[in-house]
Amino acid sequence: MSNRISDTYTTVIEGGKHWSLTLHAGRLLRLTDTDGGANVGMLFYNPHNTLERYNAPDTLKCQHTFKLTRGHCLYSDMGRIFCSIVEDTSGWHDTACGSSNARSVAERWGVASYQRFRNDWIQNGHDAFLVEAGKYGLGRRDLAANVNWFSRVVAAEDGTLTFDPAHAVPGAYVELRFEMDTLVLLHTCPHPLNRADAYPRRPVSLCISKALPVAADDFCMNSRPENLRGFANNDLYHLGIGGAGGGTGGAGADAADHVS
Amino acid sequence: MKLASQLLAGEAVFRHVIGAGEYWIDTVRAGQRLRIVDVEGNQAADTLFYNSSDVADRYSAVDTIREQGNVYLTCGSKLLSTSGQVLMEIVADTVGRHDTLGGACASESNTVRYALEKRTMHSCRDSYLLAVGRHDSLGLGKRDLSHNINFFMNVPVTPEGGLTFADGLSGPGEYVEMRAAMNVIVLISNCPQLNNPCNAYNPTPLEVLIWDADVS
Repeated sequence: MSNRISDTYTTVIEGGKHWSLTLHAGRLLRLTDTDGGANVGMLFYNPHNTLERYNAPDTLKCQHTFKLTRGHCLYSDMGRIFCSIVEDTSGWHDTACGSSNARSVAERWGVASYQRFRNDWIQNGHDAFLVEAGKYGLGRRDLAANVNWFSRVVAAEDGTLTFDPAHAVPGAYVELRFEMDTLVLLHTCPHPLNRADAYPRRPVSLCISKALPVAADDFCMNSRPENLRGFANNDLYHLGIGGAGGGTGGAGADAADHVS
Repeated sequence: MKLASQLLAGEAVFRHVIGAGEYWIDTVRAGQRLRIVDVEGNQAADTLFYNSSDVADRYSAVDTIREQGNVYLTCGSKLLSTSGQVLMEIVADTVGRHDTLGGACASESNTVRYALEKRTMHSCRDSYLLAVGRHDSLGLGKRDLSHNINFFMNVPVTPEGGLTFADGLSGPGEYVEMRAAMNVIVLISNCPQLNNPCNAYNPTPLEVLIWDADVS
C-alpha cells in the first residue's frame, strides 16, 4: 500500500458545507448529485494571480447562452478558459442568481446555531465563499457571480425568473476538464431561489482524475468559434510560463505531467 | 415599464457629456436624481455603483435580478449591493428594458468574441481601469470592477436558455433616471465598442444630469 493518493480521488461533500482546492491543468472534476436536489456554488480563480477570476457575463456573452451545459467553457475575465464542461447529464446549470446569504436563509429556514446543532447547523452560500476565499487572502471584493451546478432557473419572455425544483435528479453528473491551473471555491448550500419546506441538505460526490490530452476535434473547443479563440489564449498563456504549449489545447496535458 | 420624468433639464445642478470611449466617476448623494441620456440612440452606458462609505459593498447584478425575480432592469428596479442594501432605485425610464447580464467589454474578451488581433482596441474595462487608477484615493482597483449594468442595451434571454444581442429598444434622447438611496460612487464607461452591430459600429455620446434631493 502506498500512502500516495492514487490518480483518482473520490470524496463526498455533505449538504450545506464548503471546500476549496487547486486543480492543475489537465485534471477532471466530476460532480455527482447522488441523492437529487443538490446545488453546488462554485467560483474560480487563477492561483498564480487571483485578480484573474471567473467572469459569468463573459462566459454567457462569448457563447450566447444563459444556461451552462456540455460544450460550454467557463471563462476568466482575461479571455482564458478555466475549464470546459465535457460531460453533463443535467442539461442546465445556473450562473445568474448568485448565492444564498445569512438573511435569506434565516428568513426561509430559521437559524440553526452551531452551539445547538453542531455539524447540522445551517450555513449559507455567501458566508461559505467568504470562509474559503479568506484562506487565499481573498475577501468580499473578490466574490463574483458564481455557478450553481444542478440548478435550473428559467427566464420567461418578459424576464420573469423561475427556479425549477424538479430539475436536480438523483445520479445527475457534470464533468469539468481544467484547461489551466485553477483555484476552485465551492459550497453545497441550497440555491438562493430554492423554497423547499426544510433546509435542503444534499450531498455531492467529487471525483478528481486526469484528463486525456485535448484532441483537435474536441467537442468543447469546437462548439463555437469563440471557444477556439479561448483555447488559443490558453495556449499563449502556457507558452509564456514555461513552454508547455504546442498544438491546440495541448498545454493542459503537458502542464499536468509537469506538476504530478 | 416606461415612465417619463417630470424633472426639467434646466433645473439640473450638474450636466456632463461623456464622449464614447470616455468615463465619468463621481459621487451622487442620497436623495439626488441621476439621469443618463442616450443622446444619439443605441449607445451602451456600462455602469457600476459603490456604497461610498464602504466600497466593498457594491452593485451586485445577481442579487438585484434574483431579488426582483426578473432578469431585466426598468422602472421600480432596486439596484442592490452585495450586502442587499438599495443603492439606487430606477424612477423613470423611457426605454423599458436594460441589461445587466452582458457585462462590460474588455480587450481580452474582445479577443474571444471577435479576433485575437483585436486585443489593442479600446474597451470599457480599460476606461474603468483608467478611472480607478487616476482616482486611486477611492481605494478601488481591478477586483472592484464587478458585473455592471448596460443601460440602453437589449440582451434578451430566451426560455430555452439562449442569450441574444438584439437591436436596441433605445433611441435618440431616451433616458433612464434613478434616485440614490445612499451616497453612491457612480462609474460609467461610455462603451467604445467598434465590433458590435448593436450600436451600428458607431459609438456616440451620453449625457448625465443630476438634480438635488429637494426637487420633486
